[in-house]
Amino acid sequence: MSTAVMTRLDSRSRAAQRGMSDLTIRNLFIIPTILFLIVFNIFPLIYSLGYSFTDFRASTNAPANFVGLQNYRELLADPFVWSNFSITAKYVIVSVTGQVLVGFGTAMLLNRDIPFKGFITTLLLLPMMLSMAVVGLFWKLLYDPSFGIINYALGLGTFEWLSNPDMALYAVALTDIWMWSPFVMLLSLAGLSAVPKHLYEAAAIDRAGPLYTFFRITLPLVAPILLIAIIFRTMEAFKTFDIAYILTSQPTTEMISIRLYKMAFQEWQTGRSCALAYIVLIMVIAITNIYVKYLNKVKER
Amino acid sequence: MRRKLTGLLAGLALSLAAGTSALAQELTIFWAEWDPANYLQELVNEYEAKTGVKVTVETTPWSDFQTKTFTEFNAKGDAYDMVVGDSQWLGAASTGGHYVDLTEFFNKHNLSQVMAPATVKYYAEYPGNSGKYWAIPLEGDAVGWSYRKDWFEDPKEMEAFKAKYGYDLAVPKDWKALRDIAEFFHRPDEKRYGIAIYTDNSYDALVMGVENAIFSYGGELGNYETYEVDGYINSDKSVAALEAYKELYKFTPPGWAKTFFVENNQAITESLAAMSMNYFAFFPALVNEASNPHAKNTGFFANPPGPGGEQFAALGGQGISIVSYSKNQEESMKFLEWFIQEDTQKRWAELGGYTCHAKVLESPEFQNATPYNKAFYETMFKVKDFWAVPEYAELLQQMNQRVYPYVTGDQGSAKEVLDALAADWKATFAKYGRGQ
Repeated sequence: MSTAVMTRLDSRSRAAQRGMSDLTIRNLFIIPTILFLIVFNIFPLIYSLGYSFTDFRASTNAPANFVGLQNYRELLADPFVWSNFSITAKYVIVSVTGQVLVGFGTAMLLNRDIPFKGFITTLLLLPMMLSMAVVGLFWKLLYDPSFGIINYALGLGTFEWLSNPDMALYAVALTDIWMWSPFVMLLSLAGLSAVPKHLYEAAAIDRAGPLYTFFRITLPLVAPILLIAIIFRTMEAFKTFDIAYILTSQPTTEMISIRLYKMAFQEWQTGRSCALAYIVLIMVIAITNIYVKYLNKVKER
Repeated sequence: MRRKLTGLLAGLALSLAAGTSALAQELTIFWAEWDPANYLQELVNEYEAKTGVKVTVETTPWSDFQTKTFTEFNAKGDAYDMVVGDSQWLGAASTGGHYVDLTEFFNKHNLSQVMAPATVKYYAEYPGNSGKYWAIPLEGDAVGWSYRKDWFEDPKEMEAFKAKYGYDLAVPKDWKALRDIAEFFHRPDEKRYGIAIYTDNSYDALVMGVENAIFSYGGELGNYETYEVDGYINSDKSVAALEAYKELYKFTPPGWAKTFFVENNQAITESLAAMSMNYFAFFPALVNEASNPHAKNTGFFANPPGPGGEQFAALGGQGISIVSYSKNQEESMKFLEWFIQEDTQKRWAELGGYTCHAKVLESPEFQNATPYNKAFYETMFKVKDFWAVPEYAELLQQMNQRVYPYVTGDQGSAKEVLDALAADWKATFAKYGRGQ
């Protein structure tokens, strides 16, 4: 970072009177942040990498023994962990696809002159502003087979959304879609309103159909910002814990973060859970990288 | 600048020092958030009135009680002076150095005689038969059953039941009758269901529920001294017991797949089920008309025997331990000395606590105090518990993982499930070098 881009201190300001240079002020702002990052992010990250090669348990006084790659080997050979991963993958696909479809669709609907547009947009953003735990508790009541409003409204009788092992994951994804579609909608709306109007006019003059216009003009121009929304949502969905943990305890909804939580804080297998956390971290980085590569490609076009 | 900082630090140190000396007259007990914790707060208020030492009972919801306690232990924190810990924590907390050894205190006050034997065995001693004690039995508890007396005593129902099953409708005399009655009252069209059982697999609810069946069927989880599990947890008796538990799941209200004490009490208060499994500690709410509109029509019975006539129940309940990182250990000892006195224990029972004091338990005053105290007294001599080894949480998780899909999701057979569980447990014990 160069100091040249910084504006000079006003010589009458208090900071200037105290004799602080631009550099001192910059350091005052940056050093605490960097220290904070090192102490609370970088240090635990490296420390836990060390633990992932040991049989350390935080709940005992026994010293940590180095076990090499044993934790990684055993985790990758554990069929339960694999099933946790495939559940997570299924959830990410269902949930993110749903959010993109609903979010982008709503954005398309809102991207025109309608009365109370601002008010409607604000209302639609409400779910996103709630706490995950609260959403989980609310939807647990909504899904209740005996008195839940969803079964009542849809006339489904005592359909078991959460205790049916095949349905539970979709029920959790549905809740997540409800909560986070507004986020995709908001970003899409920003993208849509940035599409130059003259392109549509030109398309209309050339008598292009609505589908052609959508696929040739709207989508390519909104794609970069939509991809950013997808990256965010994929990363979040991959880490989903609260909603799934509160809504149901089906093994079919035990996503990797829930497994990780149980391993780390119920079973206190600290070493092994560090290893699992690293496997998850590597996967998230890999997936994000694929997206970012694709995003750059889209931007180049 | 530097002088200012030194002054600030000195001030901070001074206020901290003053803070700790003032704290010596205050004790904090950590427990889960439930009615007995409120009763305990009432009891300790009397201790404060007597001695001037302020005792606070701090609570947290059951779902993160274990996590929160052990996080504090692992950080060697002194936020709590005493913890009313679950029986299965004994191994982890004693070998981890988190609990103060109370053997001397125990022997000095002859507590292995003063307290009911099962409570000493399961809430205080670790390892089994070692004569080493880590806790004072505080809240005795086990699983029992509540039922709708008015449904059971309805002449029409009684007649229909007799015609269908060939014997009288009454409190189930064994697990077969439990199943029959559950089936009989299971009428989804009338929004009335047969039975409420534990199914939550996030901690120990489902496992406790299944244990009731396994123990009464004469099965065992394993040999607690040699750590052998093959031929115990997957014995014919245990397999039959798991099948019986799964059978009961058919007669539960809809969506009964993540249920614990709250839902099971609701099953009675909301007129959902004819019978409901629950810990005795949650029964006071069922005889209280403010919390149960059917209080007058609610009855209670002990976990029925299995086909072989054996009768056991899964143990709940907790003992109170002193945290080894507490700065007020001496003050805590004084508190425990007061707590174990017979008068205190009597008062504890009066307030609604389930005392473990043998003399108080045996007294007719206690047994006639509530409609369920007698069943509780009987049950406390027929209880068994889960593994108390330090790695119990892994064993619990493995049992949840194997048993839950079978009970609620119809996957695999009981034999397959328990064979797989036996293999999991064997591997876990081998990992920790047990029973080699």
